[in-house]
Amino acid sequence: MVAARERAWGKLIPLLQRAQAERGYLSREALREIARELRIPESTVYGVATFYAQFRLTPSGRQRVLVCRGTACHVRGGARVLATVKKKLGLEEGQTSADLSYTLETVACIGACALAPCLILNGRVYGRLTPQKAAELFDTRRPS
Amino acid sequence: MNMNSVATLERVETITLTIDGVTVKTRAGRTVLEACREAGIYLPTLCYDPDLEPYGGCRLCIVEVEGMRGLPTACTLPAQDGMIVRTESPQLHAVRRDTLELILADHAGDCLSCRKNGHCRLQEVSSYLGIDCRPGLLREPKRPVDRSNPFFDFDPNKCILCGICVRACAELQGAHAIDFAWRGIETRVVPSGGGLWIDSNCEYCGECVSRCPTGALVPKNSQKASRYVKSVCPYCGVGCTIYLGVRGDRIVSVEGDRESPVNNGRLCVKGRFGIPEAVHSPNRLKKPLLKKDGRFVEVSWDEALDLIAQKFKEIKQRYGGEALGVIASARITNEANYLAQKLARAVLGTNKVDCCARICHAPSVHGLMRSFGSGAMTNSISEIEDAHTILLIGSNTTEAHPTIGSRIRRAVRRGAKLIVADPREIELAKIAHIHLPLRPGTDIALANAMAHHIVVSGLHNEKFIKERTEGFDEFWAVVQKYTPEYAEKITGVPAEKIKAAAELYARGQPGMIVYCLGVTEHRTGVVSVQSIANLALITGFVGQPSSGVNPLRGQNNVQGACDMGALPEFLPGYQRWDNPEHVKKFEDAWGVPLPKTPGHYPLIFCSRMWDDILKGNLRGLYIIGEDVALTEANIGKVRKALQSLEFLVVQELFMTPTAELAHVVLPAAGFAEIDGTFTDTERRVQRVRKAVPPPGECKPDWQIVCEISNRMGYPMNYRSAEEVFEELRRLIPIYGGITYKRIDEHNGLQWPCPTEDHPGTRFLHKDKFTRGLGKLVGIEQEPPEEVPDQEYPFLLTTGRVLQHYNCASMTGQVSGLVQLVPENFVEISQKDAERLGIAEGELVRVVSRRGAVRARVKIREIAEGVVFMPFHHKDEPTNLITNDALDPICGTAEVKACAVRIERV
Repeated sequence: MVAARERAWGKLIPLLQRAQAERGYLSREALREIARELRIPESTVYGVATFYAQFRLTPSGRQRVLVCRGTACHVRGGARVLATVKKKLGLEEGQTSADLSYTLETVACIGACALAPCLILNGRVYGRLTPQKAAELFDTRRPS
Repeated sequence: MNMNSVATLERVETITLTIDGVTVKTRAGRTVLEACREAGIYLPTLCYDPDLEPYGGCRLCIVEVEGMRGLPTACTLPAQDGMIVRTESPQLHAVRRDTLELILADHAGDCLSCRKNGHCRLQEVSSYLGIDCRPGLLREPKRPVDRSNPFFDFDPNKCILCGICVRACAELQGAHAIDFAWRGIETRVVPSGGGLWIDSNCEYCGECVSRCPTGALVPKNSQKASRYVKSVCPYCGVGCTIYLGVRGDRIVSVEGDRESPVNNGRLCVKGRFGIPEAVHSPNRLKKPLLKKDGRFVEVSWDEALDLIAQKFKEIKQRYGGEALGVIASARITNEANYLAQKLARAVLGTNKVDCCARICHAPSVHGLMRSFGSGAMTNSISEIEDAHTILLIGSNTTEAHPTIGSRIRRAVRRGAKLIVADPREIELAKIAHIHLPLRPGTDIALANAMAHHIVVSGLHNEKFIKERTEGFDEFWAVVQKYTPEYAEKITGVPAEKIKAAAELYARGQPGMIVYCLGVTEHRTGVVSVQSIANLALITGFVGQPSSGVNPLRGQNNVQGACDMGALPEFLPGYQRWDNPEHVKKFEDAWGVPLPKTPGHYPLIFCSRMWDDILKGNLRGLYIIGEDVALTEANIGKVRKALQSLEFLVVQELFMTPTAELAHVVLPAAGFAEIDGTFTDTERRVQRVRKAVPPPGECKPDWQIVCEISNRMGYPMNYRSAEEVFEELRRLIPIYGGITYKRIDEHNGLQWPCPTEDHPGTRFLHKDKFTRGLGKLVGIEQEPPEEVPDQEYPFLLTTGRVLQHYNCASMTGQVSGLVQLVPENFVEISQKDAERLGIAEGELVRVVSRRGAVRARVKIREIAEGVVFMPFHHKDEPTNLITNDALDPICGTAEVKACAVRIERV
């Protein structure tokens, strides 16, 4: 019994990761199913899923924008870049557009300080941005 | 090794430590905090709760210990011999203040407007530490208060994250409905699912609310009580001890009694939140009603009682006493039941007296009587927690007997093995080690196959079988053909699972069987009970603590109603008609000859009264506190019978469907308005006390019975309920040593308690069965009377839900309970729903050979071909369609299995 419980706990995070990899986020149904599968209370599964920054509980947009808010970017006008992106997408930080085209997030530093200010769009880093350049990124890219 | 550790534990070791220079003695295993509390030394804490496991979260109970580094929390620190502890120092004080200031900074609060003001632990601790900062410095965005559930509100702004609610929900209730979520400053208590409370799996037991140290969790509309009255919950048969909080003439709160061995303070939603509204409902009957020209008019008590006495006398004179019947009640006190059956037998001259045990556990009374000699729970409720293995059959315990359900969950949490035999995936099946989803009505085949496997695997207890039982050969002659493979075909449960369950049970000393109406409510109820008792007899798992066979009785006082003889087959105290001494005892005590019934005509159980009425044998009926027009099987027939009675008297709290058919309706006082005793499922006799005056002209049931009797020329003059109890205990040996005074002294007494120096009986059949030897019987599986066919392809089984109680005459008055389960529903498996093309939430018609009712579809884990419905809703009453095929021995109807079809509306 104790061993079975420990095994269940050991599987929880890998299962959450797999579920998120499949759907891009963890729906209530997914959490419930995992709870049922592992016989761990649903409330506990929710607690774990919300504790770790790697898990999302809402669907993310097809295009993911990560604007850097590190010190180097900040000094070189990162705040204005962020303001532009917000305005352009009509989203606040952490939000996803209703049609699921974009998700806007910020990170403390993406480690590309030489290119400051910068952002990541769908895994690719765009550096030495100005508000205008940032805006253009979203002009040329149509939601796929 | 094991024996040694047990011996060590039992030798209570005393240790001595020094706390603030004072020498303190305590028991080994206690924490430093507990040692402090025992010595009367205050330590500030926020997250400590004596009923929960040590947590060490709030960091306020820190102490300094000589020779130990850092500032350990006293609540998690085991006390050790010779320890030198300081609870106060400048450093401790400074750290505690810093910690508390951080907690307060995140605590929204205007104390004066908070409902916890004055009994808030945060205030207490702040005052002790001399905090002078204002709360709420950090709390900028206010979080919304969750008011979504009908019973309490959750204000996260007042939550201090002590975790008492989370731990109470997990450790005590076992529901795990809430937990911490998010991280850092965002950490908060979140109901499961992450949304509103109402969308979580909360069971609304209210344990979190009763323990929250601040104003974060508070009951809605709560008022502080001005006095408390100890009583017993009036809903199910567990008999949870409660304190009614009374203010003026109204009940304003209900708390569980934490000293009670029955419930240790636990309650369910009905007990915690469902009592005041039911007692003070504006729909209570307040005056006697007489039906004139098809309409009820209010009349005086004298007019109503005179008419009743006159009508009963007329019927008795014209047709004999046997034309009269009494249905006593599993809802009313022992005293009232005793007098009701006395009225029937001594005054009306009829043995047609029964109670609703007929529809639930009459098969247990008879089955266990035949196997063991006593028809009640063999063990005590608290023993469940110490069982090694629990075999649960046909009991949805967390809904039907909620505080026993939470005990089973606690037992599992502690490591007990749980086997659940139930067609549905009930809550307990989700935590069971083995779930056996058998087809309804195949319990005998399952029990036989488990017995078969136990014997062929050599796991049976030969010594016990030889010394304490009889009938093994006859038993084995039948059971030997029930191989697990054979049973698989009947039950639908894979043979391997049956074998695994048999082994788990037989190896699980002490093993406890707990069962309920899934076993009894069949026409094979009595023998099903015996087949289950066989399992205990071949393993020797009976007659010890945490080891036995335990039917969970349904109603608050159904055990008592049976004990009092509100059954045609027994005199009070299960004394026998075929024993001339027993009969003579009552004839002498009551001063009249008893109706010579058994042997003279077949016993008219209440389930047989309907045919008896329709045949013209039974013409006048007195029903006390039972809504037979809703709770009997095949109520179409019951209603027809009631309508054709010459004279029907119904004594009730509310205008029930049964009362509507009466000629006279008498308003009765409820449990909170009277004195008396209830006997719960573990045979414990407890007292209810008058807490508030009855509304209008309502009278206690026992007094009404007396008034009828007096008017019929048989004097019944008792000054109090206690006086009635004194009479009945002299006639009922198992109650012989129970007095009101002793009940108070002992927190209730469990029968048998024959003499006034007897402590009561925790578990039965210790060295000898009541009948001498335990009786093994070979029992063949028989199918339910109705099995699915082309026309009616589903097997319907019925049961209770947590939020309502039986006919719902009481829970139907409680707005929150009605809100949670407003209408009838039918549970069906995903595959069957797809086959029928019906969706969750759709309204369907469920049709049997006897009628049809409408219900909402719920798609659930349930065996294919089986559907489930509760029977609480009078607008769409499930019992219109249930089958009234009766057990030939005890007359219980087969409400757990009938064939139905499902139609789209």
